[in-house]
Amino acid sequence: MSVRRLAKDQPASFAFAPETLALANWWIGKYPAGRQRSAVIPILWLVQKQDGWVSEPAIRAIAAMLNMDVIRVLEVATFYTMFQLEPVGRKALIQVCGTTPCQLRGSLELMAVCKDKIGAKDHLSADGDFTWQEVECLGACVNAPMAQINDYYYEDLTPESLAKIIDDFRAGSAPKPGSYAGRHTSEPEGGALTLTDPALYDGKAGKPIKSLPNLPKPEPAA
Amino acid sequence: MPKAKVNGVEVEFEPGMTALQVAELAGEEIPRFCYHERLSIAGNCRMCLVEVKPGPPKPAASCALPAAENMEIFTNTPMVKKAREGVLEFLLINHPLDCPICDQGGECDLQDETLGYGRDDSRFQENKRAVEEKFMGPLIKTVMTRCIQCTRCVRFAAEIAGVPELGMIGRGEDAEITTYLEGAVTSELSGNLADICPVGALTHKPWAFNYRPWELKKTEGVDVMDALGSAIRIDTRGPEVMRILPRINEEINEEWISDKTRHVCDGLMRQRLDRPYIREKGRLREATWAEAFAAVAKRVSATTPDKMGLIAGDLQDAESMKAAMDLFTALGVKNIDCRQDGAQLGGARESYLFNTTILGLEACDALLLVGTNPRREAALVNARIRKTWLTGKLQVGLIGEAADLNYGYEHIGAGPASLAKLGAFGKVLKAAANPAIIIGQGALTGPGGAAVLRAAAKVAADHKMVRADWNGFNVLHTAAARVGGLDMGFTPRKGGKDVAGMIEAAASGKLDVLFLLGADEIAADKLGSAFVVYLGSHGDAGANRADVVLPGAAYTEKPGIYVNTEGRAQVMGRAAFPKGEAREDWAVIRALSEHLGKQLPYDSLEALRARLMQDHPTFGQVDYAPGASTAAGFDLKSVGEEGALSDKAFAGALSDFYLTNPIARASVTMAECSALAISVRRAPLAAE
Repeated sequence: MSVRRLAKDQPASFAFAPETLALANWWIGKYPAGRQRSAVIPILWLVQKQDGWVSEPAIRAIAAMLNMDVIRVLEVATFYTMFQLEPVGRKALIQVCGTTPCQLRGSLELMAVCKDKIGAKDHLSADGDFTWQEVECLGACVNAPMAQINDYYYEDLTPESLAKIIDDFRAGSAPKPGSYAGRHTSEPEGGALTLTDPALYDGKAGKPIKSLPNLPKPEPAA
Repeated sequence: MPKAKVNGVEVEFEPGMTALQVAELAGEEIPRFCYHERLSIAGNCRMCLVEVKPGPPKPAASCALPAAENMEIFTNTPMVKKAREGVLEFLLINHPLDCPICDQGGECDLQDETLGYGRDDSRFQENKRAVEEKFMGPLIKTVMTRCIQCTRCVRFAAEIAGVPELGMIGRGEDAEITTYLEGAVTSELSGNLADICPVGALTHKPWAFNYRPWELKKTEGVDVMDALGSAIRIDTRGPEVMRILPRINEEINEEWISDKTRHVCDGLMRQRLDRPYIREKGRLREATWAEAFAAVAKRVSATTPDKMGLIAGDLQDAESMKAAMDLFTALGVKNIDCRQDGAQLGGARESYLFNTTILGLEACDALLLVGTNPRREAALVNARIRKTWLTGKLQVGLIGEAADLNYGYEHIGAGPASLAKLGAFGKVLKAAANPAIIIGQGALTGPGGAAVLRAAAKVAADHKMVRADWNGFNVLHTAAARVGGLDMGFTPRKGGKDVAGMIEAAASGKLDVLFLLGADEIAADKLGSAFVVYLGSHGDAGANRADVVLPGAAYTEKPGIYVNTEGRAQVMGRAAFPKGEAREDWAVIRALSEHLGKQLPYDSLEALRARLMQDHPTFGQVDYAPGASTAAGFDLKSVGEEGALSDKAFAGALSDFYLTNPIARASVTMAECSALAISVRRAPLAAE
C-alpha cells in the first residue's frame, strides 16, 4: 500500500450511464430514508465498473447523488485500495497476488513477467491497454500463484502461462479463467483422490428423508 | 445520582458521563489528544487509557467508556502508566523531532505528555514517514508530518464550523488530513482549527516563526471586531501585540473566536497615528499637542454650537464616548450621534439589545432572522444557532439575502414586506415554546429602518415572543461601541442632526466643525469645507480627510468598558501602550476640554468611570446581560415607528466581512482573507 491520490489528469465531467443509474437507485432503495449514504461503497463499485476507475468528477457526482459531503466520498474512495483512482488498462487490469503463499510459489516471477511485458507497476502501459498491480491476499492460496485479471481469477500460473494470457488479452481474445495447471478448481493435481465413487453423484447413495427436522407440527384435525 | 470510585475515592456523577469525565470530577487529570469536550468522541488516540473494574483485564479508553454505577476507575496504576507509555511511543514513531523549529513548541500537548509518559530514547530503527504539506488557506499553516491523526480538526470543521471540507484520506500509515483538493477552508472560524490541534501540524500562518509562547505577556481582553465582545487573551511582546487567542466564556464565545478577531492584530502595528497633525495648505504636517489643541480651539470659538457635530466610531470604548459627549453637551452641541451606519435605533433599552442572550439561543426552538447574515456579522452567534439547530429542536426562517449559513432554514422573502406574510413559518413560530427574532443592521439602516423595527416588533408580539421569563426580541449589532453609545444616549439631542444630517449639513456648508471620534465608516470625502477633527488610532478615511488629527489608542492600548449586543458591559485591560505621542482617547478629550474652556470634571479614568456608572447605571453591571429579566416591562408596541414596508431586498450590513474597520483595513492578513473570499465568491470552482 502506498499513498493514494487522485489522478493528475481528470476528465471534465462524469455522467451516470442509464444502467449504472438504475443499479445505483436500487442500492439506494435498500436503505431507509435519510441513510442513503450507506450506498456509497456499492455506487463507487458501479462507477468503477462503468468507467474502469473512479474519477474526481465521479466522486462529486456520487456526493451529489447521496447528499453527502464530497470529502466524505473521497475518504471512502482513498481508504479502499480496490477503488482505482487512476485510469486502468482498456484490455486488462492484472492484479498479481503478492502475499506469502503466492510469493512462496513464485509470484515474484509473475511480477517480473508483468514488468517486462507491461511496464512499471501501478501505471498504465504506454499503449493504454494494460495496468498491473501487486495486491494483498485474494484468498486463492490453494491455487497459488495467481492473479486477478479484470473480473476473473487466473490460477496456478507460471511465467509462461501468464505471458501467454497477456498476449491473448493483447490480441483481443479473452483467455479462459481458472487453473492453468490443468486441474479442476482446487482439486489435487492429477484429479480427485477422495469422493470419487460415481454412486455419490447419481443419486443411488441417497436415502429418502422421512421428515425435515424442526418443521412445525401439523395441526391436529378438529 | 450514580456513584463511582476513582482511585478509591467515591464521586457522584451525572448519568451519561464518560469515565474520563468522572475521573476529572475526582480531580484526576487524564492525558488526551483526540478527546475535546466540545466535539464528538473519536476515541482514536488511545492516550486516555485507564484501568476499570469490573471489566476486562486490559486498559480501556476512558473518553469513550460510559461510566457506570459502582465502577472503579484507576488512573495511576502501573498498568495505566505502562499502557500510556506504549501509546505515546507509537505516536512518536512518526512524529518528527523538530520541536526547536515548531511553532507549537511550549504549548504543545504532545510535548507535555511526553514529559510525563515519554521514553528517554527511541527504539524505532525504521524510516519515519513524511507527509506532503497541504494548503488550507491564508490562516492555517500545515506541517502534516507532525500530524498524529487525532481528527480534532475534521470534527471541528464538520460539527462546529459547519464546513465539512476537511477529511482523513488514505489509511494506516498513509492516512493524511486534507481539505478536499486542498482548497482553502471557507470558514470564518478557521483559526480555531490551529488552536485545537494538539500538536504543531496546524499552526497560525500569519504568526509563523514570530514568537515563543513563553516570551509573551498575556492580558485578558474583550474583542471589538464585532458586537459580541468575545473573550480574548491579548499576547504582547514589548509594544507589539503578537497574537490574540480566545478565552473561555460560555455565555458568549464558548472557546472559539472568529478569524477577524484573531488575525486583525497585525493591523495594530500598521497605519498608526503616533503624533498630532495639522492640515496646512492641503497637506498634513506634524504638530505638537499644544498646536493641535490650539487649532481646534480657534475653530470652535469661531463658530456656534448648532454648527458643530460629534460622531463616534464603532470601536470606541465607553469612557471616551462619555467624555466626548459630556464635552460637546457642555458646549451646547446637539448634533451628536454614534450610529455611523444610520441604524434607526434608540429608546427603550430592550428595543436595541440581543435580549435572548447568546447562551439563551440554546433554548430557542423557532428563530426568525430578519435582514441579517449572522455568519458574517457575528460568527459566534451563528455557531450557537448551528449548535442548537444540530440538536434538531430549532427551526430557522430567514428574511433577507439567502446566504449559506451552515444550517438549514426556510427562506421566506428578501425584503421588509415579507414580515407581514410569514406563510408557513408563521405557524412554526406560533407553535414554538420559545420563539425568537433576530433583526440585523442591514434591516435597520436607512429611512425605512424604524418601520422595519416596528414591523418586527409586531411579529414578536403576534407570536408571543416576549413574556415574563423569555424575551425573544433581538437586535444584532455589528459595532462594538454601539450599545454602549445608545445606553449613554449618544444620539442627537432634541432638534439635533443624526449622522446623515451632519454629513449633508457639512456638504452644504452648514456645519463648521465636525469631531470624529474614531469614526471612519462615513462618507468622509463628502464633508465639504467643514473643519474636521479626527481622534483615533489609525490613518484611515477619517484621518485622511481631517484638518486636525489627534492620535488615540487602539482597543488593546487602553483600559475600557465595552457593552456587547446583549447589553453586557465588559471591562478590558490594557495590553500595550499607545504608539508614540498618542494618548488614551479619554485623556485627549479631557486635555482638549481645557483648551475649549469647558474643563471636564474628572482627572482620572476611575473618576470618569464613576461618573459614567453614576449617570448610566447599566455600565456598572459588569459581565451581566439583562436577558429576560426586564421582559415584563418591555412594551413592544412602542418600538420603532409606523411606516410603509418596501419590497426592496435588505442590504447586507457588511460589504466585506474582513474589512469592516480601520484596524482590519490596516491588516495584511485581513486583506489576504478578503481577496480570497472575493475570489471564492466569484468563481466557486476556481480552487478545484
